[in-house]
Amino acid sequence: MSELHVTGVSYAVSDRLILKGVDLEVRQGEILAVMGMSGSGKTTLLKCIAGLIKPSRGSITVDGEDIVPMSEAQLDRVRLRIGLVFQYAALFDSLTVQENVGFGPLQHRTKTPEAVAELVGSLLADVGMPGTERMLPAELSGGMRKRVGLARALANEPGLLLYDEPTSGLDPVIARTIDDLIVETRDRRGVTSVVVSHDIPSIFRIADRVAMIDNGAIIETGTPAELRRSSDSRVRAFVDA
Amino acid sequence: MVAATFVGETSILAGQAAWLAVRGKFSLRETIRQMAAMGVDSIPIIMLTCAATGSVLAFYVADVLVRFGGSGFVGGMIALSFLLELGPVLAGVMVAARSGAAVAAEIGSMVVTEQIDALRMMSVPPVRYLVTPRVLACILMMPICGLFADMAGIFGGLVMASTHGVTQSAFMESIRTMATHADLMKGLAKTLWFGLTIAVVACHQGLNTQRGATGVGAATTRSVVLCVVFIFVSDFFLAQALSGASASMR
Ligand SMILES: Nc1ncnc2c1ncn2[C@@H]1O[C@H](COP(=O)(O)OP(=O)(O)OP(=O)(O)O)[C@@H](O)[C@H]1O
Ligand SMILES: [Mg+2]
Repeated sequence: MSELHVTGVSYAVSDRLILKGVDLEVRQGEILAVMGMSGSGKTTLLKCIAGLIKPSRGSITVDGEDIVPMSEAQLDRVRLRIGLVFQYAALFDSLTVQENVGFGPLQHRTKTPEAVAELVGSLLADVGMPGTERMLPAELSGGMRKRVGLARALANEPGLLLYDEPTSGLDPVIARTIDDLIVETRDRRGVTSVVVSHDIPSIFRIADRVAMIDNGAIIETGTPAELRRSSDSRVRAFVDA
Repeated sequence: MVAATFVGETSILAGQAAWLAVRGKFSLRETIRQMAAMGVDSIPIIMLTCAATGSVLAFYVADVLVRFGGSGFVGGMIALSFLLELGPVLAGVMVAARSGAAVAAEIGSMVVTEQIDALRMMSVPPVRYLVTPRVLACILMMPICGLFADMAGIFGGLVMASTHGVTQSAFMESIRTMATHADLMKGLAKTLWFGLTIAVVACHQGLNTQRGATGVGAATTRSVVLCVVFIFVSDFFLAQALSGASASMR
């Protein structure tokens, strides 16, 4: 549903450049996978796209609007269309699973409480956790929290979904379910997706295109097949590992 | 420089919270929950500390006054001490230590676990969801805490004084002649300011927590220290201002 253009984005923390002029383009309904080594700047890039941190340079346009110069109030309006699945779930730990997943629609009153309850039930079933509504985040395992985080992002029905390592730490069976869910969400509602992942088999299963980030810069983009044939040693090391 | 930044940031935070409050953009349910957590749950410990302080005060004062023929002043002196100074300040310090610390720690841990970022992703401003209810709750509950502090302190004084040669009726009579409603109101007016200070400082420290578990501890400690220092310093100026105001009303 949404279109994303990232142009020349740099991000610095106290003189250290973490992102160095990143360019990315994601078309409507496309699934772009971003892969790269730990510490290469993947989470930082997603947080820039979500408007949680401000790049020091460059522009990020979501549906034609540059979000970099926006105020927090303007960003709040744009973020209604963006979902972020946090790497470490970031669940509200004083709220139940039900309240976490239904948080967005309940706060913005876009649905009746009954409709929210129904939506939460079906989303929890989608992520393989039916019947866990009453549990608290502290009672869940890391992988379960991650899936609740995914359900929470989906509940807002965003047009642009940013997944930060959605399958890391999950067993292969559940990881496969989540992969299918990412593709299915795109097929059903046409959402545009950016999926950060280390998981090479998963990337090749779901991605339309893949971008490789290294040390804060995109070093190669292409279809999964193209990346498999890459001659760049850094890409090779990743794909063959 | 650091002080100027701090005053600036806390003032802006207080302004944002107030602006959301007057437009009714906050959760009433959460405010009531916070009133219970910050205020009601603090009342037992406030009453305990104030009753103890009141009786210690009476222990020292009653002896001296009775010896010098001033037994008619004991009740009034203790009542005035609590209404004007000890009740509001002790209640403020206890709420800062108990509830202010809890708020700073809770919000601080929400920062380090990215729950604040998650709120922002849900387009729910953290000031609206977290700060406004806590500030409102603390301002509303502080006078009630102050009232309980006054009552407990005076009661503690009365019990102790009665074992040192001041009868209960003499104690009460002394309060009636020496203390006025205005004294009670002056003290409670201070607690409104203390309530605002405690909540805003605690929320500000929590929101500015540095990453890591040590960050949460540091934010909590800073919040308590700053609140307590603020209570004593602003109490000095409030005392001057309030007595000036009541003098000009006469
Ligand atoms: N708040 C911060 N302050 C200082 N440095 C930071 C901060 N956040 C991230 N970094 C640095 O930025 C770099 C990129 O971090 P980022 O979290 O984006 O990596 P990543 O690619 O997501 O890694 P991983 O795969 O391990 O999650 C790291 O080297 C990290 O040390
Ligand atoms: Mg990361």
